[in-house]
Amino acid sequence: MRARFVVPLVLFVALVGLFAAGLKLDPKLVPSPLIDQPAPRFTLPKLSDSQASFTQEEFRGKVSLLNVWASWCVSCRIEHPLLVELAQSGRVPIYGLNYKDGAEDAKRWLAYYGDPYRSSAHDAQGRVGIEFGVYGVPETFLIDGEGRIRYKHIGPLDKRILDEKILPLIADLEARRS
Amino acid sequence: MMRIVPLAWLFALGVHAADAPFAFKDGAQEERFRRLASELRCLVCQNQSLEDSNAPLAQDLRKEVHEQMQKGASDREIIGFVTARYGDFVLYRPPVKTTTFLLWAGPGLLLLAGGAFAWRVVKRQQPVNRSSEADSDTARRAAELLASARAPARGKRS
Repeated sequence: MRARFVVPLVLFVALVGLFAAGLKLDPKLVPSPLIDQPAPRFTLPKLSDSQASFTQEEFRGKVSLLNVWASWCVSCRIEHPLLVELAQSGRVPIYGLNYKDGAEDAKRWLAYYGDPYRSSAHDAQGRVGIEFGVYGVPETFLIDGEGRIRYKHIGPLDKRILDEKILPLIADLEARRS
Repeated sequence: MMRIVPLAWLFALGVHAADAPFAFKDGAQEERFRRLASELRCLVCQNQSLEDSNAPLAQDLRKEVHEQMQKGASDREIIGFVTARYGDFVLYRPPVKTTTFLLWAGPGLLLLAGGAFAWRVVKRQQPVNRSSEADSDTARRAAELLASARAPARGKRS
């Protein structure tokens, strides 16, 4: 009599385990197929000077962060102080991809909230965003010295992710370069 | 009648309110575009396809698909373009790989397993059939016993 109940019970427990694991996953966090791939080739005007060009060559030679942001993006305001602080520490250069934004709005936003970016590329149409697989703002890419994307963070950055994932990864990549 | 016409207008305008219409060479091209757009998931409103969603990203990607079609890209190239940047999750019918094997085979396997289980339960509940041979043997034996029980009593009377 006992044996007959064991099999369905085991199956049920296994199913519960599977569902429990599944509920922890967030479908909004779509993994990027671009990890370990070279950053897409692109040319965009710089936000600060529309006559100057920003290309993927900007990333070469050192580990850097590329932060996708926009003046219309509310979540960006949440992570921005963290980026400003990080830029001030000089730990890692931060580049900006200004996504589907008006140049004037963007510049005004930076003037008000602070500009942590060594340079911002102005992607008015969002075309380069598509090349990077951007589907929301903000997103942050970690790019190594060879110009390869090594990590992508979806949503605003927080101190925990920075300390636990990103900064160690930066240190690791820099160590590998030398 | 007077109320229906303005209402019809309202519905007609609402259908593609956010989109500039795309130009197609012919109906077949438009059909192809719709098909491609409905195969791709909108990552912003994840329950809608590129065809249905009004999200800005969906509009951008529809434009991208349309442009690529005009440039002569094949279905495979267009799908490949989107999955190379956004991953397999963007496909409503992901390729069959080791990682997606359970996704595709799961329902079929569960159906088989459930069916086998149900079969066992049903078989257990059916009463055991006596074979007809045993029936007739038992009946014959019973008849013989009854016959021998009557016969001696007749012989013993004098």
